[in-house]
Amino acid sequence: MDLKDLYRDVILDHNKSPRLFGKLDPADSSADGHNPLCGDRLHVTVRLDGNRVSDLRFEGKGCAISVASASLMCEAVKGKSRPEITHLFNEVHDVLTRHDAPVPDDLGKLAALSGVREFPVRVKCASLCWHTLNAALDRSHEPVNTPVKTE
Amino acid sequence: MNAKPAFVYDAQRVWRDFPILSRQVHGKPLAFLDSAASSQRPASVIAAVDDYEKMHHANVHRGVHQLSQEATQMFEHARERVREFVNAASSREVIFTRGTTESVNLVAQSYARPRLQPGDEILLTGLEHHANIVPWQLVAEQTGAVVKAVPIDRRGVVDVADFARLMNDRTRIVAFAHVSNALGTVLPVREITQLAHARGAVVLVDGAQAVPHQRVDLQALGCDFYAFSAHKMYGPTGIGALIGRESLLEAMPPWQGGGDMILTVSFEKTTFNVLPFKFEAGTPNISGAVGMAAAIDYIDSLGIDRIHAHEQWLLESATRKLEAVPGLTIIGTAPEKAAVISFTLEGIHPHDLGTILDTEGVAVRTGHHCAMPVMDFFGVPATARASFACYSRESDIDALVAALGKAREVFG
Repeated sequence: MDLKDLYRDVILDHNKSPRLFGKLDPADSSADGHNPLCGDRLHVTVRLDGNRVSDLRFEGKGCAISVASASLMCEAVKGKSRPEITHLFNEVHDVLTRHDAPVPDDLGKLAALSGVREFPVRVKCASLCWHTLNAALDRSHEPVNTPVKTE
Repeated sequence: MNAKPAFVYDAQRVWRDFPILSRQVHGKPLAFLDSAASSQRPASVIAAVDDYEKMHHANVHRGVHQLSQEATQMFEHARERVREFVNAASSREVIFTRGTTESVNLVAQSYARPRLQPGDEILLTGLEHHANIVPWQLVAEQTGAVVKAVPIDRRGVVDVADFARLMNDRTRIVAFAHVSNALGTVLPVREITQLAHARGAVVLVDGAQAVPHQRVDLQALGCDFYAFSAHKMYGPTGIGALIGRESLLEAMPPWQGGGDMILTVSFEKTTFNVLPFKFEAGTPNISGAVGMAAAIDYIDSLGIDRIHAHEQWLLESATRKLEAVPGLTIIGTAPEKAAVISFTLEGIHPHDLGTILDTEGVAVRTGHHCAMPVMDFFGVPATARASFACYSRESDIDALVAALGKAREVFG
């Protein structure tokens, strides 16, 4: 296990200066994510244009992996359609959980998360934001939020 | 080391009694600083359990054959060792449970539930482990009683005067930790118990974090129930004890039904067994009890007062060394503490810290320590916690400090 593989420069940078941090008001949908294991809390707000996420923000507190992952995710999915986001999510999920999964070329900066798979207890930190975004998109017609738990 | 008091004992020799401590983690020597979550076991405890399994196992209190007699004798000997360990009045007051959590639940369901009336009060503290909060919330929901908590101050101290202020004629139960698992604060059990008894309330003390670190004399403390687990005092998991005042236990209904807790059973009427068996339904964790007794023997061989002195010296040394780390804040600074240090490091989330320390072979707990109200009070989602035991050495503290430097290096 090499720490440099987990805490790559991209991760440290996005932890220190998270992109698209904050809250959209008004927003078309939102969701809360909570990882009770480490106390990470995320709030994701999205604005939709048809089936496209025209804008989004995240806010919350968490470890470097969860903050950087949320920041990278927001950058990556902004302007993308639901099917494109689902495709990205599946790729990220594979890279995080499958030890031998190749890192797809179209992942861009999200590829920096591939070091997390050597640290199985930290996978949930990186995936929390994606589950939260999915919850926000799935319930975009519902007015009430319930926390998403990853455990 | 001018702060070092008179020689306590050779920690390196004690360390060698624990086989697991000499293993490596990620190619580094292990510095195990998570004993407050679960301590390691000495070879003597492992051997005692092994001997029981290989030579003596059979069901207890049932057979006339030799093995059953031996197992019964070993199980009851373990009960007597537990009684001696905390100076309980009688072995009838020693009930084997799965651990502290089950002990608290037993009291909540068997003592509290039949007695509590709507509006009655259960008084806890802001320091409690979830195991001494949730069972009371459950029984409050079942009975209409109310749960209140005595606040803590910025040092993590609970003021006895606040206990007095929050007790009233509706206070039925006062339940608190002898030693806080998250912060290490030691509570004055005797004083609080006297206040509670003056109000006619019954006192339960969660002793899980106290028994491995300091002498516990229940006759001196005077509380009504005392709960603890073997695995935090060098024994196996899945076994612990509830010590209860005999008159209270006598008046309590059984909380689980089954074998061993009965005298006669017919479909018309069942007669319950005497104490302590009334509360021990089903075949107990016999090897666990044997291991718990061996753990007590081990503690006695070192001397609990010497363990206490050794750990206090480590606490002092670790506090001094950690305070010198830039950006480090110790959470919980009570004047009287057990050897537990919760801390945060500026700019590095405790979870990241835990991972980095782990790659350096340093095992600490990171998270909310099953004490979310404590974390909320200090406004942190989590802390890192280093905790010490009889086998902890100065070099373990140095490994921690060096690994914290590594974390700073990674995060820049």
